[in-house]
Amino acid sequence: MKFRTLRRHFRESFKTLGRNGWMTFASVSAVTVTLLLVGVFVAIMLNLNKIADDLEHDVEMKVYVELAADEASTTALAEQIRETPGVAEVIYSTRDQELERMVQDFGEDLKLYEQSNPLREAFYVKATEPQQTAKVAQTIDEYPNTYEVVYGEGKIEKLFDFLNFGRNAGLILILALLFTAMFLISNTIRITIVARQTEIGIMKLVGATNSFVRIPFVLEGIWMGILGSIIPILAVVFGYLQFYDYAEPRLRGEMIQILAPVPFLYIVTGILFSMGVFIGIWGSFMSVRKFLKV
Amino acid sequence: MIKMKDVYKKYTNGVVAANGLNVQIAPGEFVYVVGPSGAGKSTFIKMMYREEKPTSGEIYIDGTNLATLKNREVPFVRRKLGVVFQDFKLLPKLTVYENVAFAMEVIEAPSDTIRDRVTEVLDLVGLKAKARMLPTELSGGEQQRVSIARSIVNRPKVVIADEPTGNLDPETSWDIMNVFRDINEQLGTTIVMATHNKNIVNRIRHRVIAIEGGLIVRDEAEGVYGYEI
Repeated sequence: MKFRTLRRHFRESFKTLGRNGWMTFASVSAVTVTLLLVGVFVAIMLNLNKIADDLEHDVEMKVYVELAADEASTTALAEQIRETPGVAEVIYSTRDQELERMVQDFGEDLKLYEQSNPLREAFYVKATEPQQTAKVAQTIDEYPNTYEVVYGEGKIEKLFDFLNFGRNAGLILILALLFTAMFLISNTIRITIVARQTEIGIMKLVGATNSFVRIPFVLEGIWMGILGSIIPILAVVFGYLQFYDYAEPRLRGEMIQILAPVPFLYIVTGILFSMGVFIGIWGSFMSVRKFLKV
Repeated sequence: MIKMKDVYKKYTNGVVAANGLNVQIAPGEFVYVVGPSGAGKSTFIKMMYREEKPTSGEIYIDGTNLATLKNREVPFVRRKLGVVFQDFKLLPKLTVYENVAFAMEVIEAPSDTIRDRVTEVLDLVGLKAKARMLPTELSGGEQQRVSIARSIVNRPKVVIADEPTGNLDPETSWDIMNVFRDINEQLGTTIVMATHNKNIVNRIRHRVIAIEGGLIVRDEAEGVYGYEI
């Protein structure tokens, strides 16, 4: 294709946007509405995902050491735990530290035990994959000098089930939304192209090749996709900034946190923009294909 | 220029529109195609610009066999032809000038060539003054002139016209025929015209091919229309 033809296609695609004013408006609106939904959904899902990760990473196990173990065997145990596959982090806690924790949690009365501390030394262990906690706990339990491994059995399994369900449900919802969006938009674009069926027929009759007919339509689709993504991007960016200003101070110091606007908003903007472009290309490509067989 | 050899055309609904057509049209000829409705006249015309493909047989346009032509090569053969329709088939949202220029943009002509050539052909069909108007602002005769201008702008060797005067009043029809005569005589373009217009065929004498039942039943130089309307 010659350069001047490409220039002609660009010029033509802009002109037709204006010429088909209402059709353009209809398609752009369809893109806008859908991307707005997708944008809001993606923002919610990514944050829920973040929260789920936060919850998961808070899961840890506690390994109690046998009372009989001396210093050397405790060190050896620590080494062994550290080298266990799937272990991310090991924190050692002395008997005194353990008591301190207990005092913090249950009150000054327990200070009595400072005279003769009945508690055991312990390791706080986190798994690299939180979902593998139970398996890692079992392995560690087999080691000599471990008295007991505690990780909230039953509770964390339920938590993980719930989080996994949430993630999958969100993914399915987003996919369903995307599918609906594609359908909606390709239909709108098809209607605008059906209105121009004669036009395509005439183009073919004067000897236009398929790509010559198709390129201006595809370019037009791209412009419509871009136009349609502007409002959703602005809405999500400003909406999220507002929400972040409101929610972030209230969550400070809590276990769960929401995503910081950077780079999160860049990602969402990128997703919405490229989806707009992709939908535009795909929609016009699919729709014009049907009318090229003249 | 145009040659058909044993051309058959059977539509999927069973209608046989061409039942062994053999014809040869020399460069620079002016040919009328006449015949009752449903006799295969339209199919005959449509097969020449590959709107329809023959079921069997060979159709040569300027040496290219349309029967074996691949789909993606069709546009390049159509550029050798100009086609004019009863209903003009102009792009409603483009001006007169843009409609004619469009046929040149398709063949990727340089823009200054386009400008000069479009002005030239609009002058030839007498519409230079209305170049900026939309087709809807023109009379039927004027619209047909635009479509003729579009059909000749790329200097085709053949112009195929399917009932070009079918929607026009008698007076305007004569004007349009004069345009075709000019194209044929001055530019030496071959013209194949399907028509129902008895007066025109009988007054402006040219070769007449009559088609009935998918067959050429009469082929005479300087012929007459031969049917009562």
